[in-house]
Amino acid sequence: MTEKNSLLTVENLTVDFHSAAGAFRAVNDVSFHVEQGETLVILGESGSGKSVSASAVMGLIDTPPGEIVSGRVTYRGTDVTRMSEERRMAFNGSKVAVIFQDPLSHLNPVYTIGWQLDEVYEVHGKAKGAEARRRSIEVLRRVGIPDPETRVDWYPHQFSGGQRQRIMIGMAIALGPELLIADEPTTALDVSVQAQILDLLKELQREEGLAIVMITHDLEVAANMADRVIVMNAGEIVEQGRARDVFAAPQHDYTRRLMSALPDESSYADHGIAKTAEPILQVRDLSKTFTLSPGLLRAPKSLRAVDSVSFDLRAGETLGIVGESGSGKSTIAKMLLRLTNATSGEALFHGNDIFEMDRAALLKFRRRVQMVFQDPFSSMNPRMSVFSIISEPWQIHPDILEKSRWRARVGELLEMVGLKPEHADRFPHQFSGGQRQRIAIARALACDPELIVCDEAVSALDVSIQMQIIELLAELRDRLGLAYIFITHDLPIVRNFADRILVMQAGQVVEMQQTEAIFRRPEQPYTRMLIEASPKPKWEQPKRIPA
Amino acid sequence: MFTYVFRRSTQSMAAVVALLVLVFFLARLTGDPAYLYLPLDSTEAQRQAFNELNGFDDPIYIQFFRYLGDLAQLDFGTALSRNRPAMEVTLEAFPETLKLATIAMALALFAAAVVGSLAAARPGGVFDRLATTISLAGASAPDFWVAIVAILVFAVSLGLLPTSGTGSALHWIMPIGVLMLRPFGLLTQVVRGSMMGVLSQPYIKTARAKGVARRRIIFVHALRNALLPVITVAGDLMASLVNGAVVVETIFGWPGIGKLMIDAIVRRDFALIQSTVLVTAVAIFVMNIVIDLIYAAVDPRIRHQQT
Amino acid sequence: MDKAEGASGPKPKRPAGPLRLVFRDPLAACAVVFLIFIALCALVGPVVIGDLATTPNFRARNLAPFDASMGPAYFLGADTLGRSLAARLVVGAQNTLGIAAAAVMCSLFLGGTLGLVAGYARGIGSTLILRLADVIMSFPSLLLALIVLYSLGPSIPNLILVLAITRIPIYLRTMRAEVLEVRERMFVGAATALGASHARIVFRHIAPVVIPTMLTIGAIDFATVVLAESSLSFLGLGIQSPEFTWGSMVATGRGYLSTAWWVAFWPGLMILLTTLSLNILSSWWRTYADPHQRWRLELPRRLRRRIQK
Repeated sequence: MTEKNSLLTVENLTVDFHSAAGAFRAVNDVSFHVEQGETLVILGESGSGKSVSASAVMGLIDTPPGEIVSGRVTYRGTDVTRMSEERRMAFNGSKVAVIFQDPLSHLNPVYTIGWQLDEVYEVHGKAKGAEARRRSIEVLRRVGIPDPETRVDWYPHQFSGGQRQRIMIGMAIALGPELLIADEPTTALDVSVQAQILDLLKELQREEGLAIVMITHDLEVAANMADRVIVMNAGEIVEQGRARDVFAAPQHDYTRRLMSALPDESSYADHGIAKTAEPILQVRDLSKTFTLSPGLLRAPKSLRAVDSVSFDLRAGETLGIVGESGSGKSTIAKMLLRLTNATSGEALFHGNDIFEMDRAALLKFRRRVQMVFQDPFSSMNPRMSVFSIISEPWQIHPDILEKSRWRARVGELLEMVGLKPEHADRFPHQFSGGQRQRIAIARALACDPELIVCDEAVSALDVSIQMQIIELLAELRDRLGLAYIFITHDLPIVRNFADRILVMQAGQVVEMQQTEAIFRRPEQPYTRMLIEASPKPKWEQPKRIPA
Repeated sequence: MFTYVFRRSTQSMAAVVALLVLVFFLARLTGDPAYLYLPLDSTEAQRQAFNELNGFDDPIYIQFFRYLGDLAQLDFGTALSRNRPAMEVTLEAFPETLKLATIAMALALFAAAVVGSLAAARPGGVFDRLATTISLAGASAPDFWVAIVAILVFAVSLGLLPTSGTGSALHWIMPIGVLMLRPFGLLTQVVRGSMMGVLSQPYIKTARAKGVARRRIIFVHALRNALLPVITVAGDLMASLVNGAVVVETIFGWPGIGKLMIDAIVRRDFALIQSTVLVTAVAIFVMNIVIDLIYAAVDPRIRHQQT
Repeated sequence: MDKAEGASGPKPKRPAGPLRLVFRDPLAACAVVFLIFIALCALVGPVVIGDLATTPNFRARNLAPFDASMGPAYFLGADTLGRSLAARLVVGAQNTLGIAAAAVMCSLFLGGTLGLVAGYARGIGSTLILRLADVIMSFPSLLLALIVLYSLGPSIPNLILVLAITRIPIYLRTMRAEVLEVRERMFVGAATALGASHARIVFRHIAPVVIPTMLTIGAIDFATVVLAESSLSFLGLGIQSPEFTWGSMVATGRGYLSTAWWVAFWPGLMILLTTLSLNILSSWWRTYADPHQRWRLELPRRLRRRIQK
């Protein structure tokens, strides 16, 4: 498989991480090669070892606790794992460069970006002082930072997320390396910004003949970038080949399971909610204004997070609320559950305004409307057992269920969400992310609600697990007649799940339609942009001519 | 920036006033000063006259308003124990303490930054273990005992240094050495901990990927970030440095504000207690504002929050 | 790290608990042994040799340490009245540690409660509590203690009270910061959404999460309180004779420095060793409690060397 004149070859790489529990094998006997100018995508879920193998190339694994047990990484014939410290420093950044997920934490907060860029030239002895600065400005212009002469003196926190990733890319290509390793470079970004960053990477590749190793968990991003794909699971390569072949006809079971998580583009959710059914929730002109803390001699500023939002929800219906970060979608959820107060507007639940309820009415309301939160790691008290977590609603509302039946009912609920009754005595940290989200759903079901609000309920999970949770939610809906408000930043994910979709931007409703209509006939340019921004497979893209 | 300093100053002023009120009433709880200033066989009438003369016979709230009124005219009262204006006595002693404290703090900070950084560069190594033990010992040592042992060894047994007082450069060595011990120990721990935290930050990985050498990563990329919590702790230590100064000045006979304050408390010299407290409090609050400004200078994120 | 869906498998090997790990680190092990020894002395020592500490013995006046002529009880020497220093150190240990422990518990309870209120309830009250803490914090604690102690009169309860007051801000601020952080966690939101009352949220959800942190701080602060009490007693405003602590023993011995250095030396050394042991342990605990650093304690040294090469 390894070709003699490859740019980079990794042979039989095995990496362990040591802890008191023994050695954990993060990467097991992994071999791959990268050719000049191509894009190799390493695809895998969290814990698959995809990032570790790339860190080994750059010598970024901390030893200890890490240990490179065996293997060779050769760059144009030289073994880079056995380089001296000085040669390693000369190699990093000039031959191979890397960009990471979450550019904010990867840029030094106390130095200007100009300082950080100049340093690349200076430590490699390529340029100094004013000449280094001139080149830095040039690079910033190259990666699309507007007005680079001024912004070169800005600090990382003054840029937006997408701009920071552009700066990272600029720092990486400053010395014209031959290979760029991109470790989840778009994961924390909004879908529209993601599309721009991917385009920039492709453009640079075309113009500089750069080889790219792209590490991602995102199938669509992988398909969009890859010439070749390596699929990793639990530290091993399970499949590799031409991207088109792997996506069209996956060979390995694991790959097949992954691919099934891609949303089905041919069908839409439709489970026949009568359009005439009574609405259970009517939201009218809901608004929320945040007042930013005022200074002594400074007028307080206000931020309109949610601006006159209105919608209805019928019994048993699923409404998807979709928007990018800062669109106000999560604030709506918090207001509907009275976790934060609304500034104005009303929300009628069976005709009673949620915001006007007194203590007793509110307590009753909270039995009928439940919430599932984004982060299953922090939405459960780490010191409570699963049994006490699920039975907590009955402690608060003692009339739901008599105490003698609690244990049996917890067992039933756990089985309903696909876990086992004997899991009741464990603690949250003993479960994986997906399992915890199942426990959170069981807790929400404990007081037989009519409506469950899911706030980014699957965003923190791996793709294959996202699909399983959504399938569970759909199944519970059919069985128990639940209504959902499903809040997400990921439009494709609700395609096969939501009956209607409400698109939000900057606190306002952009449009609201049946799911099929949103995808087939989006009325607003913003909605169209959101749909088109989801990456398309590379082999389906028209060959673009550079502008 | 200006707004910020202004807001901080008003807050600090409020705190100083609160402190003065507290001290005013507490000091008067200590008892009748007449017993201390008049001979043991003084009569009731003599004590009455003494208190009348100094205004101690009025109800306490009248005394308090009179005190406030005097303060407004910058009259800080007379130090009974010395028969001189209290503020004059205080301002004579204050620079002595300030010199001692500034030098001790500067030395402690510098030493802590170097030792702590080098220790964090190789956690668990020989240097780290040594530096950790020494700095922990510095933070744990009772300063009064160290001072006594130092006198025993260097002055009494070896005769190298003078036991107490001021004058030559040699007089400075022991007081500064004892005073900087605790700040050095604590700050080294903070630098080491904060440095280890910073070295595991993602931006350090970026620097390594850029090809920056290890030494430069530690002293250029990491140190400036690691100093942020150190500055905060150094600010909190300013107040406790005065604690150390009280002990050190008492043992080494250093004519500073700490010794003055102990004398004033023991002699129930109300005006002197109040003026020393006032000067110390104002000095500490000014120091805190300076520290905030330094913090803002080092961390651009804070700087931009204020404007 | 996300495991695959399905029942979570059994752990391969149980990690060693803190007690076994602490004995792998020689320095921390010494600290533990020393502290256990001191605690035992403080608890049972005074009953056993309490008399020796107060009975003058003129044959032993100013007896130098390591002099075997008077028997093992005098191996650390005797003071100017011929009382065994070793016995006095044991009795002093009880006072020193007892006062510090009482002060830590007071400030832990008061500061913790105030911090809980200041963190959970927002309003004028909590702002006021905070400002008061700032005032206490920003003024030298020793001076504050001196003034308060002098006005109330030195006695053991007052000493405990004063020491507790000067340390309250530490607990208050930490508790408040912790509560502010925890109350924003999603499980608190989840409990609110279920209809949980304030009392339930505070006692069932927030308190169990923050109390371990507070206890850790209390243990770390113990050393500071021992030092503060010693300084006060040294300056003559702490404990009053005939009661004594290590700090006041140093003060007594200061007068005989040139003739009998050991009278002041031993009690000071005891203070140093006790606070040093506490600080070594708390530094060890910080490493242990930090998930990113814990491996440093857990990996056998042999393995660490092999990997480093």
